[in-house]
Amino acid sequence: MAKAPTKTAPHSPAENPDFALHSLQEELEAKKRYDATDDQLRDFYEQMLLIRRFEERAGQLYGLGLIGGFCHLYIGQEAVAVGLQSALTEQLDSVITGYRDHGHMLAYGIDPKVIMAELTGREAGISKGKGGSMHMFSTEHKFYGGHGIVGAQVALGGGLALAHQYNEDGGLCLAYFGDGAANQGQVYETFNMASLWKLPIVFVIENNQYAMGTAVSRSSAETEFYRRGTAFRIPGMKVNGMDVLEVRQAAEIAFKHVREGRGPVLMECETYRYRGHSMSDPAKYRTREEVQDVKEHKDPIEAVKKILIEQGNSEDDLKAIDKGIRKVVSEAADFAENSPEPDPSELYTDVLVEEY
Amino acid sequence: MAIELKMPALSPTMEEGTLAKWLKQEGDTIEIGDIIAEIETDKATMEFEAVDEGTLGKILVAEGTENVAVGTVIAMLAGEGEDVSEAAAAAPVDDVPGEGKDVGRPEGSGEGSEAEIAKPAKKWGVKDPEIPHGTNMATVTVREALRDGMAEEMRRDERVFVMGEEVAQYQGAYKVTQGLLDEFGPKRVIDTPITEYGFAGIGTGAAMGGLRPIVEFMTFNFAMQAIDHIINSAAKTNYMSGGQMRCPVVFRGPNAAASRVGAQHSQNYGPWYASVPGLIVIAPYDASDAKGLMKAAIRCEDPVVFLENELVYGRSFELPELDDHVLPIGKARIVREGADVTIVAYSIAVGLALEAAEQLADEGIDAEVIDLRTLRPLDKETVLESLKKTNRMVIAEEGWPTCSIASEIVAICMEDGFDHLDAPVTRVCDEDVPLPYAANLEKLALIDTPRIVKAVKKVCYRD
Repeated sequence: MAKAPTKTAPHSPAENPDFALHSLQEELEAKKRYDATDDQLRDFYEQMLLIRRFEERAGQLYGLGLIGGFCHLYIGQEAVAVGLQSALTEQLDSVITGYRDHGHMLAYGIDPKVIMAELTGREAGISKGKGGSMHMFSTEHKFYGGHGIVGAQVALGGGLALAHQYNEDGGLCLAYFGDGAANQGQVYETFNMASLWKLPIVFVIENNQYAMGTAVSRSSAETEFYRRGTAFRIPGMKVNGMDVLEVRQAAEIAFKHVREGRGPVLMECETYRYRGHSMSDPAKYRTREEVQDVKEHKDPIEAVKKILIEQGNSEDDLKAIDKGIRKVVSEAADFAENSPEPDPSELYTDVLVEEY
Repeated sequence: MAIELKMPALSPTMEEGTLAKWLKQEGDTIEIGDIIAEIETDKATMEFEAVDEGTLGKILVAEGTENVAVGTVIAMLAGEGEDVSEAAAAAPVDDVPGEGKDVGRPEGSGEGSEAEIAKPAKKWGVKDPEIPHGTNMATVTVREALRDGMAEEMRRDERVFVMGEEVAQYQGAYKVTQGLLDEFGPKRVIDTPITEYGFAGIGTGAAMGGLRPIVEFMTFNFAMQAIDHIINSAAKTNYMSGGQMRCPVVFRGPNAAASRVGAQHSQNYGPWYASVPGLIVIAPYDASDAKGLMKAAIRCEDPVVFLENELVYGRSFELPELDDHVLPIGKARIVREGADVTIVAYSIAVGLALEAAEQLADEGIDAEVIDLRTLRPLDKETVLESLKKTNRMVIAEEGWPTCSIASEIVAICMEDGFDHLDAPVTRVCDEDVPLPYAANLEKLALIDTPRIVKAVKKVCYRD
């Protein structure tokens, strides 16, 4: 009897009759590794090593009871954050990730002291001790967390990308999530809107092979995660996340695509975490041999070390770098251990911004 | 016999509509399926389609006529061989003033009829302290007040935008965003897919990124799909970041029971959101508060849940004609002064409480009525001051009683007002059941004026 009048369809990728999914993979296959300068390569090495030593120390502090709750270490995955974030435009692009977030913050060059002090829940922590390991932010660096709900950062990242588009600032959002989060419904809700609206966002799946204790093959019908954007016309890239130069090269290609206004990219970085899901995970769902094999043959830091030595750096040079990093981490740990806890008066601060 | 063409009911809450346009004229041949007219409802412009064939006879309601009641004969359709002029008897056009006619809930039973609720609210003699004396008042619907509040803020601040289902091209599922697309364009009035979790997250992320999003939920029932972002992402971030990361987003839409839409579409989420530190929760009743608090919500640096009510959208109230009508968040308002007993209410229940107060006045009980307006932070002071004066209190809430705002007010009175109590503080809420569909059961389940009157008499020991 009555029906709503028909309305015109909005402009969308589906309206383009000539649409063909652009293969960024071909571009990557044509040239897989980034030509880093000697300085850049050394920076990558130092950043990755800092993350590793920091995380090792965090594991120790957890064992001593100085860090509480959940603490998810990034050991093994260092090349992903370092390779990608080194390609960002500072003070412009935004980054958001899940709870395994220490490495991403260190890759920004944020002072390890304030990160470690947050892990120990101290006043000097980057969130004044009120966030903890999973909830750290640095708006100064346009790092938007640090989110404890699996997959939430994907939709929030879509919003950050919307803000870049809205403000026409030329920036992009880098939204990291894991193979576990990749099965959350809101990820696909976000893929749909991001592609529909051509949002400037790079979705990065850090596939470390296990969603907590569940291997990808036990949880995912499609384990080639980079294909999962196809239904939304989002080009996918499969990247060796254990090779910082390949990650960086992939970042160059993906960022260019996004900055040209061609919509989102889905990048799967295959990687591996050496430690358990969190500190309380005995990791009995995989064999020691499997972990050992990755450490011996695919370690991202060892790979760069090898190149550095081939380029003429001596073992002693590299030992000196390690020594310097260990010192920085030790100082951060001491700082985190000796800083005071937040004043009890902080309990009721920051709940709301305004007074009512 | 000619067929009567009647004004159709085109939505669950529609009681009248505007006959926007006749697409057929008297004498035109009508085939089944022809579009005869366009009718504007409370929600959208709809096409009126012929289900019988014949010749259009007398048009009884001219195009452009507003407030045509459902069931009014709008034209006659002559069958084959019939005289088109047969339909001479003009059906009376329901010519009531255009306020609040989408109030769908029948009150029935003599006390507190629907028609009375639909009237423009009277001013009860107590002026809102925020409105300067002598300000000119216009009469507008809550729907228009909300829209105007948003539009003014969008003009004022480029960062403000609206997103949600059907907010742009469709002009709003409940027409609250009507006209915004025309003025502000698709960049700032964004139609989303049906994907609440996703777009609530995108809106929240955009706020983190420095914008001022207004996220419309078609109703708050659907926001349950998105509640993770409202609570975990929006409400907690400022605290978790030690004050670094703000999230100035407004989540808005109709909340609580509508009319005959059943359990999944009828729930008051006020108590849910009001229990969460880090959120501001606003639930206005009249047009002035709707506009003034909407503007405040958009300017607010904190995340706001703004709970509207579908049954109130069409009601008209006085609205002060001010250049910039912004009201304070967190302040209740005494909407009727009284000495004997206090009725605390918010949202649609304010109308019921005011009506109860009028009835009680006839029986010699002078009730004070407080509209909470903001549910979090709750204005304890106004509640306790009133209790101090009247010593008796009833809370009227359209929502479940268990763990309700009413429960919270009871606790506040026990903890901070015990010495002023002359009778137990009493809750009048909906029944503690999922809202039934059947008209009689729905009526039984929902709060109404007689129940408030009864509770007030009880605390006044007058029953």
